[in-house]
Amino acid sequence: MLPLLKKNPVDLVFSSITAIASFSVILFIIGILYVLISESSLAIGKFGVIKFLTSTDWDPVKESFGALTNIYGTVVTTFLSLVLAIPVAIGIAIFVTEISPNFLKGPIGAAIELLAAIPSIIYGMWGLFTLSPIMSAYIEPFLKKITANIPFVSILFQGTPMGIDILTASVILSIMIIPFTASIARDSFNLTPAVVKESAYAIGATKWEVIKNVVIPYSKLGVFGGIVLSLGRALGETMAVAFVLGNNHRITTSLLDAAATITVTLANEFAEADNDVYLSSLFYLALVLFVMSFITLAIAKFFLLKAERKYSR
Amino acid sequence: MTRAQQRKIEGGIALTLSTLAAFLGLFWLVFILGDVLVHGIKALNLSLFLSDPAPPGMEGGGLKNAFIGQLLITLFATMIGVPVGVLGGTFLAEYARGRKIARIISVLADIMVSVPSIVIGTFIYAILVRPMGHFSGWAGSVALSIIMIPVVLRTTEDMLSLVPWTLREAAFALGAPYYKVITQVVYRGAATGILTGILLSIARVAGETAPLLFTSFNNSFFSTDMKGPMSSLTVTIFQYAMGPYEDWHAQAWAAAFVITVFILFLTITGRLIIKWRYK
Repeated sequence: MLPLLKKNPVDLVFSSITAIASFSVILFIIGILYVLISESSLAIGKFGVIKFLTSTDWDPVKESFGALTNIYGTVVTTFLSLVLAIPVAIGIAIFVTEISPNFLKGPIGAAIELLAAIPSIIYGMWGLFTLSPIMSAYIEPFLKKITANIPFVSILFQGTPMGIDILTASVILSIMIIPFTASIARDSFNLTPAVVKESAYAIGATKWEVIKNVVIPYSKLGVFGGIVLSLGRALGETMAVAFVLGNNHRITTSLLDAAATITVTLANEFAEADNDVYLSSLFYLALVLFVMSFITLAIAKFFLLKAERKYSR
Repeated sequence: MTRAQQRKIEGGIALTLSTLAAFLGLFWLVFILGDVLVHGIKALNLSLFLSDPAPPGMEGGGLKNAFIGQLLITLFATMIGVPVGVLGGTFLAEYARGRKIARIISVLADIMVSVPSIVIGTFIYAILVRPMGHFSGWAGSVALSIIMIPVVLRTTEDMLSLVPWTLREAAFALGAPYYKVITQVVYRGAATGILTGILLSIARVAGETAPLLFTSFNNSFFSTDMKGPMSSLTVTIFQYAMGPYEDWHAQAWAAAFVITVFILFLTITGRLIIKWRYK
């Protein structure tokens, strides 16, 4: 394929160096997996796999650890943030591709991308100082009031609105992932061939009908990939939630309670873990998180690649 | 109401909601940036950059140690991450172009870009911090460089692929070996793109906090010793914002302001270059 490759000794050296550099990516992934498994072997031996994943214990004094409270926190905040983010992100993508006048397309697209560039610690700090007081003073009491008489739903809003809780953390997380989802959805929408859309207009469809029945079905693979990618990012987000989630190792039914995610537990407790079992359990948590997010991201990538192949045909 | 009216109304509602969503996104951006700007500028003063932190609870002091620490950690992370990333991207786009291994590494790098950064922190803790016996600036730099490498690698690969193959053939025809073609023709053609990728990757790691928490840790004294624990802006923001003192909160806002402006500057510059060069 490459006529001159391997003929020149310098070329051989240079190509080997570049090969080593690119294999570093594989090395990191295997290295992370290996190190996390070997570091958590003490906890794996002591608590097993099923027991660790299903135990709600988190007691450094008795040296008894389980991941369920952390996994629960991670899953609930991620799910809630996706529920809040997806409609807004799709709306943004629809606006930018189909509705907006041309002179607004650039600025709004750029603004969404800037939102993605703001570091997560800024989101977290803003959440603590600005959003959390607003949530506890206005939004959470309001939600409590309107849901007070609805059975089951009212369980979600029990307790005193403090602003440091699952709901606030999910709102911040949703603001963080809106740009990721929106920009992938926008790119997917843009790939819909104009001819297909024009055919729909020609038989009298309204703009919304074209979006609903042509653009979205055509680009659903890409949009779905974007959503799963955002899910993967939200699972591993640390600083945006560390400020406003508290660090509460309990499974709560109310969204107005503090909780703990895997990332928050790691951020708060890793540097302070004072015995081997404790530290090993934290490595075990990191391993669970790594596996969870790696699988999610791989699925996202699978869908995005599939979408790419479909469009390039 | 006729069917046609119904369809029009349905469409109107849906499009209005989409427009509102777009402005909601814009609203958050203005809200967050505005808040950081207002609080940050209020707390900004010269001693923030020129003096070290005062003891907890005392007024005054600055964050000189954190600024210098952040610069050093980011600088060394860039010095490790950029060469590895650029060379790795070169392999994917040139020597392994079109091969299965290039596709696999490319996909894995894409996944690595989004892997939780805190996991990378625990990894570096296990392989660098514990064997050395203490937190260190080097550990922080290495952690950031691991985040940086896949980013630089993927942008380099994309940018090199944009250089037309015929350009390489022209150089081959003159009898140039492949490494010379790469360094003297392909790199020149893709220089702007690669540089932009580097800028954006620096913007990406400069705001990272989680991987520094247990690698470079923190240091309330001025230190340029990469072998010891080192303060960084982001970890300082975390510590100060969670702390009990009003003075700390003000300094955390100021630090947040500086880092946000820095990152947005890099991001906007990068985007402008891409727009100008690859329209």
